[in-house]
Formats: sequence, C-alpha cells, structure tokens
Amino acid sequence: MTKHELKENIVKTILSGASLTSIIIVLLIFFFLIKESAPFLLKTSFVDIFSSRWVPVSFIEEHFGMLPLLTGSLLVTSMAIIIAIPFGVIGAVYIAELARPIEKEILKPFIELLAGIPSVVIGFFGLVVLAPIVKNVFHLGTGLNALTGAVLLALMAIPTIISISDDAIRSVPASYKQASMALGATKMQTIWKVTFPDALPGIVAAIMLGIGRVIGETMAVMMVTGNAAIMTLYPFESVRTMTATIAAEMGEVAFGSDHYKALFLVGTILLLLTFILNVVAQKVLKKYRRV
Amino acid sequence: MTSKVKDRFVFWLMCGISYFIVLIVAYIVFDILYNGLPAINWEFLTTAPRSGGAEGGIFPAIVGTFYLVLGTIVVTLPLGMATAIYLTEYAKQGKFTKIIRLAIVTLAGVPSIVFGLFGLGLFVIFLKFGASILAGSLTLACMTLPIIIVASEEALRAVPKHLREGSLALGATKWQTIYKNVLPYSIPGMLTGSILGISRAAGETAPILFTAAAFFLPELPRSIFDQVMALPYHLYVLATQHPDMELVRPLQYGTALVLVTLILSVNLVAIFLRIHFRRKYKW
Repeated sequence: MTKHELKENIVKTILSGASLTSIIIVLLIFFFLIKESAPFLLKTSFVDIFSSRWVPVSFIEEHFGMLPLLTGSLLVTSMAIIIAIPFGVIGAVYIAELARPIEKEILKPFIELLAGIPSVVIGFFGLVVLAPIVKNVFHLGTGLNALTGAVLLALMAIPTIISISDDAIRSVPASYKQASMALGATKMQTIWKVTFPDALPGIVAAIMLGIGRVIGETMAVMMVTGNAAIMTLYPFESVRTMTATIAAEMGEVAFGSDHYKALFLVGTILLLLTFILNVVAQKVLKKYRRV
Repeated sequence: MTSKVKDRFVFWLMCGISYFIVLIVAYIVFDILYNGLPAINWEFLTTAPRSGGAEGGIFPAIVGTFYLVLGTIVVTLPLGMATAIYLTEYAKQGKFTKIIRLAIVTLAGVPSIVFGLFGLGLFVIFLKFGASILAGSLTLACMTLPIIIVASEEALRAVPKHLREGSLALGATKWQTIYKNVLPYSIPGMLTGSILGISRAAGETAPILFTAAAFFLPELPRSIFDQVMALPYHLYVLATQHPDMELVRPLQYGTALVLVTLILSVNLVAIFLRIHFRRKYKW
C-alpha cells in the first residue's frame, strides 16, 4: 500500500466512524430510557400504570398512574394544533403563492424569528402577558390553564408547519397551475382546487411534525398550564403534561426510586410517540417528493 | 363578478391571517425590549445575583451559557461535519446510509426533555460526570448534531461537481480533492449553517435542567466538572419560583432580553456571513 492509499483509508475510516455517532446516540437514548424504566414496568401492573392517580409523593401510598399526564398532553397538544393549523397552512399558502417578493422578505424573517425565540422566553411571555389576558377575557380565577398553554404551543408549532408546507406547495409543478389557469379558473380556484390538494400530503406531514414539536415541548407548557395532575378535557382547567411532569419532578427524586423510574417511563412513552410521528411524517414526505 | 368578489375576500382573509402572525411576533419582541431595556445596565451584566436573585446581575449565567455553548461546539462541530463529508462524498446509497439517515431524522425529533433524561442517565449517573458543564455540553451536543449534519451536507452539495472532477482528473486522490477543492468552498456555508443550529442550544432549558444547571453558585466554575448557572434556567427560576414576582419582574425581563439578544445577534452574524459568501462564490 502506498503512503497515499494509507492516508486515504485512514481518512475514510475516521469519517465513517464519525458518521456512526448518530446511530450510536439514538441506540443509547433508547437503551438508557428503557433500562431506567423497565424495572418499574415489570413490577407494576398495567392497570396501575394506566390508572388515573398520579400521586408521586405521599406518606400513605404513592400512585404513578400515567393517565392524567397522557390526557394532559393530549388536551394541550390537540388544542394547540387546532389553533396552529389555520395559521400555519394559510400562512404557508399565502407566502408560497400570493405574497409579492417584497412581502416574502418581511414574512419569512418574522417566522424564522419566532422559531428562534427560546421556549423559556415564550413561556415567560405567556406567564406575564398572555395568562392575565386569558384570565380577564374568560373571567377565571387564574390564567394558568390548558388554553394558555395551547396558545403558546400553537405559536411554537406555526413556524414548523409553515416552513415544511411552504416546501410542499412550491414543489407543485407549474404546469398544473398553468393548465388550470388556461381552462379559465381564477387564481384562488387554482390555489384551492389544484395546488392545495396536490401539496396536501406534504402539508399533512408538516402538521405531524408540528404535533411532534408540540407534544415534546417542555418549558413553555410547564410555566403556564398550572401543573395540576388531574384528569380533565376542559380547556380552562389546570393540567400537567408528560414533559412538564418530568421537568418539574426529576430534580427532587432519589435516584433509583420508583418515582425516578416512573418519570423515565413517562420519557420512554414520549420518545416512542415522537419517534412514530417522525417516521410516519418522513415516509409521507418521501413518498410524495418530486425531484 | 361574484367569484371575483369572493376571490378578493379570500385573498384579504389569507393576507390578514399571515400578517397576524407577524404582529404577534413583533409584539413579543417589543414587549421584551420595552420592559427589558430599563433593567440593563453595567452592574446587571457584570455582577453576580444577590439576595436570592432579587438584586444584582446575571454575569455568572452569561458565562455559564457561554461555556455550555463552547463545549457543545467542540464536540458537535467536528462530528457533524465529518458525518456530512462521509455522507455526501464517500458513502454509496445503500443500507448503511439509510440507517444513518433514519438515525439523523430520529435524533432531530427527540423532545428536548428526553435528551435531558438521557443525559442524566448516561453522562451524569452512568459515566459519573455529575451535573456539570461536561454533561450539559455533551447532552446539548447530541441534540444539535442532526442540525449540524443537515446544514453541512447542504453546503457540500452546493459545491459544483466539476471542481471535484477536475481535481480527480489531474490525479489527485479523493481526500486531496475534498481537502483542497471542496472544503475551502463549503466551510463557510457549513459554519454559518452550524452557528444557526448551535445558537438554539444556548436557549435550551430542558436538556440542562438535570445535567448542568444550578440556580445560584457563589463562584464561577473552575473546571468542566463544575455545575454552572445558565441564562435560560435563570429566567425560568426567576419567573416561576421567586416569592416576590413584582419585585423581580425587571430582572426577569432583563434576563429574557439578554438571552434573546445573544441568540438573535449570533443568528444575524451568521446570516450576513452567508449572504457575503454566497456573493463571493458564484458558480
């Protein structure tokens, strides 16, 4: 082997080794989350795990029922997505099809700016500005509830939905639109009857990725939802999501305790949920991608 | 006629909805600037908090965030760039690259709090780093890795094929070609894309909650095994745990403003650099 060949091989080995890191990290994440939560899963019955009482600290008997956390996440996430979809999808259609170039120069940076604001700052804004508004508008005792959390999460999902939908809409072939216009359809008719249906799979994927973003969001939601672990589907009630539970309680548990393992189990459920959402969204994007 | 009126109506509705988002973003920024600016002064930026965060400044939190980001860069940048070079220049499309891509996509979708749990399980407890700059940086590095890879790949792909072919035709080896003819033109793009990704790490709270952050430390950290204060965590604690909210309100806004300014200014620099280099290298 010549000196050059040796060097080539060394470089290639280093580079391919480095690219293994991502795989290793993913495997380690799954391994450690499952490892820390498995003992709890094995010793507790499914009935207890999916019971409706999350009472992690108690003098009498502790309960680690995941149901209130699941419904909390479900309620906040679904409300957030219902709010985010019209803004995200219509915003994307407007930016991709209707906005003049100069408008794009304004709209896009603002969307990127929104994506760049840290979640703790969004949460702080929600706490100080939005919560009092929600409290006064709906005449509530406190503004810290599921609705306030959902509005903040919607704000955080909008940039994701817009940027991925925008790509999908712009990849609709111009010939489709030209054919529609040539048949006498107006611009709006073309957008809603030709472009939009064609871009729909991409938009659906964008919404799924938005859901993934929202369900895993921690800080903002922890700061404004009031954090009561009760089962409710009422938007003005205080709720506690899976993410907020981990963030709020992990700091105070003893390593290796049931509570510690239960929190890891919550994390594992969260990881699996987002993993499935992501893989399906990528499949959809890939299937309908045009080159 | 009616369809024209309807079209107009729908157009303005869509326009209104789009600009409503802009309005909200502008309001958030305005609110933080308006309430945060009065809190910013030399003392706030250069001294440590006093009286449980009710007085004094946020200097240790700024330093802590700086250390965490620096640690993240040192780990994630070489790894991410190397992965991108391998994927774009060496790897043939096949099973292996498919698995790597799946891993990258998965990593990008993992919630930040799950990274926090993972960092706690692996770095803090299993590897016994304790809650420290090292554990926090490594956790943040895992989180930013996919962003670096994707940004770097994009920059590498932007280098035209003929630059590679010319070099190879003259007898250069593959690595010589990449090193001399591809990297010089793609490094600026790789760096700016990566900066945009890493700046996100500066604002993250959830991954460092159990792996690095402390609310108050009397001294600045001396080694990578020390805990640190960090801006996002400081804001979180001030905003939710302090007994006298109205008293610390200006400090909360001040901290938020410093954090947002830090992230946005880094982003702006990256964006300007990108525009600059795009003009410089036109194929």
